[in-house]
Amino acid sequence: MTQQGMFGAPGSGDTSGYGGLVHSNVTPGSSSRPFGSYFDDVVDSLERAYPAFSDAIEKIVIDRDELTMHIRASRLQEVAKILRDEASLRFEMCLGVSGAHYPAETGRELHAIFPLLSLTHNRRIRLEVSIPDANPHLPSVVSIWAGNNWHERETFDMFGIIFDGHPGLTRILMPDDWAGHPQRKDYALGGIPVEYKGATVPPPSERRAYR
Amino acid sequence: MTFDPYASSRETTEGTIYSVTGGDWDDVVTEIGSTKEEHVVVNMGPQHPSTHGVLRLILELEGETVNEARCGIGYLHTGIEKNAEYRNWTQGVTFVTRMDYLSPFFNETAYCLAVEKLLGITDQVPARASVIRVMMMELNRISSHLVALATGGMELGALSAMIFGFRERELVLDIFELVTGLRMNSAYVRPGGVAQDIPEGATDKIRETVLQLRKNLKDTEKLLVGNSIWLARTDGVGYLDLAGCTALGITGPILRSTGLPWDLRKTQPYCGYETYDFDVVTAQSCDVYGRFLIRIYEMSQSLRIVEQCVERLDSPEYQGPVMVEDKKIGWPAQLSLGSDGLGNSLDHIREIMGTSMESLIHHFKLVTEGFRVPAGQAYAAVESPRGELGAQLISDGGTKPYRVHFRDPSFNNLQATAAMCEGSQIADVIAAVASIDPVMGGVDR
Repeated sequence: MTQQGMFGAPGSGDTSGYGGLVHSNVTPGSSSRPFGSYFDDVVDSLERAYPAFSDAIEKIVIDRDELTMHIRASRLQEVAKILRDEASLRFEMCLGVSGAHYPAETGRELHAIFPLLSLTHNRRIRLEVSIPDANPHLPSVVSIWAGNNWHERETFDMFGIIFDGHPGLTRILMPDDWAGHPQRKDYALGGIPVEYKGATVPPPSERRAYR
Repeated sequence: MTFDPYASSRETTEGTIYSVTGGDWDDVVTEIGSTKEEHVVVNMGPQHPSTHGVLRLILELEGETVNEARCGIGYLHTGIEKNAEYRNWTQGVTFVTRMDYLSPFFNETAYCLAVEKLLGITDQVPARASVIRVMMMELNRISSHLVALATGGMELGALSAMIFGFRERELVLDIFELVTGLRMNSAYVRPGGVAQDIPEGATDKIRETVLQLRKNLKDTEKLLVGNSIWLARTDGVGYLDLAGCTALGITGPILRSTGLPWDLRKTQPYCGYETYDFDVVTAQSCDVYGRFLIRIYEMSQSLRIVEQCVERLDSPEYQGPVMVEDKKIGWPAQLSLGSDGLGNSLDHIREIMGTSMESLIHHFKLVTEGFRVPAGQAYAAVESPRGELGAQLISDGGTKPYRVHFRDPSFNNLQATAAMCEGSQIADVIAAVASIDPVMGGVDR
């Protein structure tokens, strides 16, 4: 991801002289073995128990002592079931799902992030699934972890990710007739200018601020 | 039936709809009683005194038996997660503290632990700051459990429990005010440490309060533990076993009431919890009474931890800064109380305005620009009074969070309502929901 300038709001003259700066932010890339900690054990166990491992796992990222497995959307349910049931994995709890919107990643704009917890082995991992905005469908994991019901509804509500197979995918936080999905990056924060001691303060999204 | 603006009925294709908003209840009961239909859908809340805030319960009843129970939420949605994307990382604390408003210090700490993980400074947080965090969190656990008992008691008709609970909570809030300046939503825990050190004399005051609380909590305990009326309302009610808990992702007192000693403070310690001496409280009964007992005894465990914290704060070993040494992250000034409230310390203002241009520039840069956090994502979880509170943060390398998501235990645990209530009496719904202890600010965020 690269960006130009240092200020968030466009069109506000460059008084800093830093407007021409270009800097790139590198998100941690894929990791290779050995992963360290219990991560090798988790990945090995999954590879043993799941024949389609190489097709399902897009990449494995170890960052900040956390294991993230990027899963192909179509394989999510199979992987989830093995992660829950296999004795050496036993991730019996899914702590919900949260979305993230990356408009710049063409074809992979919407991400769904599932933090998993194993009570048996006292371990945590994270699954991440990327899907295109044009076809925002993802298999639901409610049949595997019933507690993901509301979390999936929230992610649908906020990002418009459609979880296929969910027992009742409706809005949960916003009103039923709401238009749009508020936490997407193309959904404006809104707000009105506020007058304070004679000066006008623009809404937060339009203030000049550093990026 | 004569027209009554508060209690009326109208015919729809779904059947007769009765609206009751106060007024003459008898009229409605008479009218419902005259229909042959035994099958009634009751919409309870979102403004109902025993639904713990703006929770809406939709109950399908057959007589007094609940056939189906569903929750309607979202009435307190404030878009905190979205708003946090437009403020810098430090300002985020002020937002997340308002999510679950009964446990602000847990929200702040979970958020800060995640930011520190992203920054890679987890090990650099000063020991004193961690002790203060632990102390504030444990005091907060007590105040939160007290509200759970107070409102839960009130909803089941035990009004003395309500009076006792809120009275004791006030003692804890006094300490919050003494240490942070605010009773709630204090934005005290900051990425890298805490906003300021505890004021002089605070440890003595906290010691006093701990003694007072020990004595007062006994009263609450005596009032309800083993009380036959309380038992009749809670024993065996709202049953949810371990399999149900894991399937629904339930954590906290509800999970521990199944006998599983799962407490992140023990299993995945953070903020140095592994160095404190305390027990994880469990129950075997899987019911409302078990969860109530857990909350009662967890409070005395929290008092134990607070006592150890106070010891440490007074010992020479734990003196020192309460913010990371890295000047690019730590707030440049300590706060102090002036005539117009809490603000930058006058010594600091004198320094930056009078003597050091570099300090002024540094202060200005950090306050207006904030600090940049390396790109990536992190998840940090703490054991809040209601279960696992997780902060999932994503950074794109900028001065503001790219995405803030809170996995709030109230939101998740409220899903257990149906499993706990269906098939039971309507009166048990109140007890079951009270034992989940949902805080709608956290549920809706």
